[in-house]
Amino acid sequence: MDNKNNIIEVENLVKKFGRFVANDSLTFEVRKGEIFGFLGANGAGKTTTIRILCGLSSPTSGKISVAGFDVYKETEKIKKHIGYMSQKFSLYEDLTVKENIEFYAGIYGLSRNEIRQRSGKLIKKLGLEEEKDMVIGSLPQGWKQKLAFSIAIIHDPDIVFLDEPTGGVDPITRRQFWDMIYEASHNGITVFVTTHYMDEAEYCERVSIMAEGKIVALDTPAGLKKTFNASSVDEVFLKLAR
Amino acid sequence: MNKQSVIVKNLSKSYNNKVALNNISFEVKKGELFGFIGPDGAGKTTLFRILATLLIPDEGSAIVESFDVIRDYKSIRKIVGYMPGRFSLYQDLSVEENLKFFATIFGTTIKENYELIKDIYVQIEPFKNRIAGKLSGGMKQKLALSCALIHRPKVLFLDEPTTGVDAVSRKEFWEMLKKLNEKGISIIVSTPYMDEARSCNRVALINNGEILSIDTPENIIMQNDQDILAVKTNDLYKLILDLRSYEKTDTAFLFGEYVHLCPIKPFKDLVLLEEYLQSKQHHDIIIKKIKPGIEDCFMKLMKRSI
Repeated sequence: MDNKNNIIEVENLVKKFGRFVANDSLTFEVRKGEIFGFLGANGAGKTTTIRILCGLSSPTSGKISVAGFDVYKETEKIKKHIGYMSQKFSLYEDLTVKENIEFYAGIYGLSRNEIRQRSGKLIKKLGLEEEKDMVIGSLPQGWKQKLAFSIAIIHDPDIVFLDEPTGGVDPITRRQFWDMIYEASHNGITVFVTTHYMDEAEYCERVSIMAEGKIVALDTPAGLKKTFNASSVDEVFLKLAR
Repeated sequence: MNKQSVIVKNLSKSYNNKVALNNISFEVKKGELFGFIGPDGAGKTTLFRILATLLIPDEGSAIVESFDVIRDYKSIRKIVGYMPGRFSLYQDLSVEENLKFFATIFGTTIKENYELIKDIYVQIEPFKNRIAGKLSGGMKQKLALSCALIHRPKVLFLDEPTTGVDAVSRKEFWEMLKKLNEKGISIIVSTPYMDEARSCNRVALINNGEILSIDTPENIIMQNDQDILAVKTNDLYKLILDLRSYEKTDTAFLFGEYVHLCPIKPFKDLVLLEEYLQSKQHHDIIIKKIKPGIEDCFMKLMKRSI
């Protein structure tokens, strides 16, 4: 371990809730700049792991570092170096586009000058000049998701955690969203993503599959398909998670 | 006897100035497994709430099993089962209590209709004393379906039963629906997952309150047949960008490990594309002509309607 190319290192992560073992000795690492797919059935233990990696929950045991920081002692440092977005938690519906951007940029500790610059750049990039003073609630779902993602990386984090970011989104927007993920990854941000769309698993550089608290497979999509003699990650998933 | 289970004509509904349903019409035959496929905000939930007599449309009519959704709402409620998108059972009642409650409301008993729900209920019966709020997502879904079925409805309205559900549980859920459908229950189900279209007899593709197309999944694909090339190289991200800047490209979108390329005009020869990609330093190039899937069709119809 302690490899400079790894941004997340997890060794024997165990998390118990009473007698229930939610994460059963997980060991894996995520490389700097990669798009890492974190798959598993509902209840497999994914959310528990993500909460630990984001510094929101303490593991029962194991050695875990995120962006070079220890998940037991340096959770506040971790939070400053990551971004997070999910379908459920994203933006304040009753604030405007601009207000949401400024609010989050402020929370992440950007200076007033930086906030002004980045907010202007972002609004322009997303083509939201005319909508910048509209409240988020009035925007189409797809725009909200794209904006939420952009805000999650406005402070240029080392890693962004995306928890089912594309649920319920139309097929064109879903792909535009992945264009943005690719771009972020290209700019050096590590992407840690969960999804129920198995075609999206194919876009990841490496994919892990969890079942009943354990990682049962971890490889490139091509490697998984080869190992499990399947034509798609969907097929691999069905073999492992059922 | 009427052969239609549901007849909807020119139905519209707006909230303040926001149009949720814009003049939609369709019919569902008795015994059909009919799917509404579309993203969030397409109008699916509004439609289902109108059909379940929980919401009054602004304009148009909707008939369910020969009853009008406004005039005969009481008769409709007795003969339809409705499973809303959000889990709506009593969280602080046990599994069995919830089921008993719904059976009693509809003037029946679990025993009387046990046969109908048996395949589904048997999977959660070991936990019948657990309160519903403490069930896993998959178990909640099975309980909700059991409760929607307990009065042996003629029509079942299921609003996004598989949203947020993993790929394995989704497959299992559709297997359950097929079995119920074989018992003669008409089923109308909505979903944002395009791949689920193939499990339906007929589907309506819906977006922005409008129906883009209604037909069997096979016919929708046939009607929207277009030249699509599936392209793959060593670098997916660069491939997307390079294909989009290619002069003959109309659209290029990710589809699993491939990029689906719709050309402006059908290609006579794939060699030119291959040479173009080689000139952009791609290797391990694979290019093949493919048939579109439902998702390709949806995207094409979506673009046309914008």
